[in-house]
Amino acid sequence: MYEYQMRRFLLFGSTTLFALLLAMAFLMPFVYGFVTSFKTKDQIVASARGNILPVTQDRFEYNGEMLDVFEVPLSDGTVKPLAILRKGREDSSFVDPANPEAEPIEWAGRWRTLAPVEEFDPHFENYATVWNGINFPLLFRNTLAIAVFGLIGTLISCVLVAYGFARFPIPYKNLVFLLLIGTIILPRQVTLVPTYVFFATIGWTGTWLPLIVPHFFANAYNVFLLRQYFLSIPKELDEAAMLDGAGPFKILLLVIIPQSYPVLITVALFHFVFAWNDYFEPLIYLLGKPELQPISIGIQRFNFIYDQQPHLIQATALIGLALPVFLFILAQRFFMRGVVITGVEK
Amino acid sequence: MTIFNELQSATKQKNDALDTPMTRRKALWGLLFISPWIAGFLVFTIFPMIASFIFSLTNFNLTKPNDIQFIGLKNYEHLFQDPSVGISLGATLRFGAIALPLSIMLPVLLAALLNSPLLVGRRLFRTAFYLPYMVPVVSAAYIWSGVLNTETGWLNRFLVQLGISAPNWLYSVDWIYPALNIVGLWGIGNAMLITLSSMQGVPTELYEAAKVDGANAIQSFRKITLPLISPVIFYNLVLSVIGLFRYFEIPFILKEGSGDPGNSTLFYNIHLYKTAFTFQNMGYGSTLAWFLFAIAFSVTLFLFWSAKYWVYYPTGDN
Repeated sequence: MYEYQMRRFLLFGSTTLFALLLAMAFLMPFVYGFVTSFKTKDQIVASARGNILPVTQDRFEYNGEMLDVFEVPLSDGTVKPLAILRKGREDSSFVDPANPEAEPIEWAGRWRTLAPVEEFDPHFENYATVWNGINFPLLFRNTLAIAVFGLIGTLISCVLVAYGFARFPIPYKNLVFLLLIGTIILPRQVTLVPTYVFFATIGWTGTWLPLIVPHFFANAYNVFLLRQYFLSIPKELDEAAMLDGAGPFKILLLVIIPQSYPVLITVALFHFVFAWNDYFEPLIYLLGKPELQPISIGIQRFNFIYDQQPHLIQATALIGLALPVFLFILAQRFFMRGVVITGVEK
Repeated sequence: MTIFNELQSATKQKNDALDTPMTRRKALWGLLFISPWIAGFLVFTIFPMIASFIFSLTNFNLTKPNDIQFIGLKNYEHLFQDPSVGISLGATLRFGAIALPLSIMLPVLLAALLNSPLLVGRRLFRTAFYLPYMVPVVSAAYIWSGVLNTETGWLNRFLVQLGISAPNWLYSVDWIYPALNIVGLWGIGNAMLITLSSMQGVPTELYEAAKVDGANAIQSFRKITLPLISPVIFYNLVLSVIGLFRYFEIPFILKEGSGDPGNSTLFYNIHLYKTAFTFQNMGYGSTLAWFLFAIAFSVTLFLFWSAKYWVYYPTGDN
C-alpha cells in the first residue's frame, strides 16, 4: 500500500513538475519583457553576463575618478567591497571605500572573475518616456474608437445573420452556409488589392472607415458561434411569443437576445481583442496618418524610429499587451467557451 | 466535430422545403436577416475576386491611375520569370516545412499533458499556456526580438549555461526559421485549447474497455484518442496551412520587410505587399495574389479530399 502511494506521488509529482517547467518556458518572455523594460541600455548590455535584474554597479569617487566596486576575497579569508584603482590581467590594486586614505591594496588574481557590488536600480521613467513618445492617449483613443464602432457593427450584423440561419427556412440554405464557412479558408490576399483600390477610389483610405464598415456585414466565425448558441435556445419559446403576436424582430429582441448575453459578451470580447491586435489593415489603410493610427501601428512606428533602444521597445510591447491580457484574465470563461464552440461543435 | 464538418456535410443535407405560403413568407424573413452577410459577401469577396482577376490582366499602377492598359497574360509570364517569386515561395515552404508538423503535433502533445489525470492544477496550466495567444502580434514580435537577442537574450543565456554554443537566431540564415517558429509556437494556445476540449469529449467507457482488453496508455492514446480527435487535428492542420499562406506580420515587424538575412524572410506575402503597396503595382500585385490563391485552393482541396482517409467521422450523425 505504501509503495503504491509512493508511486502515485512520484507520477503526480513528475508530471506536474514537467508541466511547471514548460509553463515557465512559456511565460519567460513576459518576465523578460517586464524586467528589461525597467533597464537602461547600459544595464541591458551589462546584464548579458551578470545579474538579470535592472541593477547598477556601485561606484566610488576617488581623486575625481569613478571607480567600480567589487566583492574582493582577501588573503585573511574575508570578503570586502573594494573599488578598483588599477585593472591588471593577473593582479590589480584596490582602494577601500571605508578607508580611502589608506594605501591601495594590491591583490593577485583576475579582476574579471570578481563579483560586482550592485544595487537594485529600476528605471520606472522608461514608461513615462514611452507613454509620451508613442502618445499613448491618442493611440488609445484611436484604437478604442475603431474597436467600438466595429464592435457595434459586428454585434448587429452577426446577430441578424445568425438568427436567420438558426430559425428560418432559406432557399439553398446549406449552400449559402457553406459559402459563409468557406470564407474562413479564403486567403485575404486575393481580395486585398481590389478592396484597397475600391476604398482608395471612394476616398476612404486614410480614414477609419475601411477598418469599421466591413464589420457591419458579418463574419463567418461570429455567425457560426452565435448560430450554435441560438440553436440551443428552445424553439418553443419563439412559438409562445409568436402566439402572443410577436413578429420575427420582436422575438429576436425579446426572446433570443435576453437568453444570449454570455455569447454576445464573447463576440464583443473577440472583436475588441481583434481590433486591438489588428496590424495589417491599419498598416495599409492608415499609412502616413499618425493622428489616426491604432496602438499596433503606433508602437511599430515608434520602435522603427528608436531602433537602438531595446529597453523602450520592451516597454512599448508591455503597454501594447497589457489590456488584452488583462481582459483575458478577467473574462477567461467567455474566451475559452467561445473558442471551444467555434472549434469543436458541441 | 469541427466547424469544417459543416463544409463536408452541408452538401449532403436536404434544403428546407419551401412549399407553403407560410414557409415562403418565413423564407423572405430569413433572407432579410442574412442579407447583411450576402451583401458583404458580394461587395467584399466576390466583387474583389473578379476585380483582382481583371487587374491581373492589366498594368494598373496606382501612381498612374489614368494609364491602364490591358496586357493579357504578360503579368503571368513575368511571374514565372520573377526571381523574387521563387525566392519567396522557397522561404515560405522552408518555414512551413518546420511550422506545419510542429503546429499539428505540439497542440496534441500539450493537450494530452493538460488532460492527464496525473497533473495537479490543470486549469491554471491551461490559462498559462493559452495566455501568450492573447498577446498582440506587434508586442510578441518585439518581446521575442529581445529574448532571441544573441548577446543579451535570455534564450542564449540559458543555452550558454547548458554549455551549448549560442546561435545568432535572427541574423543567421540557418537559425532564422527555427527562431520564427519559436515565436509562432508561442501562440499555440488556441489550437491546444480546441484539441483539449475534443480530448475531454472522448467517452471514458472506451478507455475503460481498452484497459480491460489489456491496452497500455500509449496504445489507447494511439487507437482511441487520436482517431477520435482527428477532426480537430484536421481543423488545426487546415488553419495552419491557411496561416502559412497568410504569414506576414512577424517577419515584417522583426525585419521591417527587408528580407534579411539573405532574403530568408522575403516571404511570399512580403513580396506581394511590397509589389502592391510599396510600389503601388496593383496589376502585378493581383497576379501574385491569384497565383497564391491557386496554390492555397489546390492545397485546401487536397486536404479536404485526404480527410476521408484519415479523419474519423462518427456515422449516424445529423
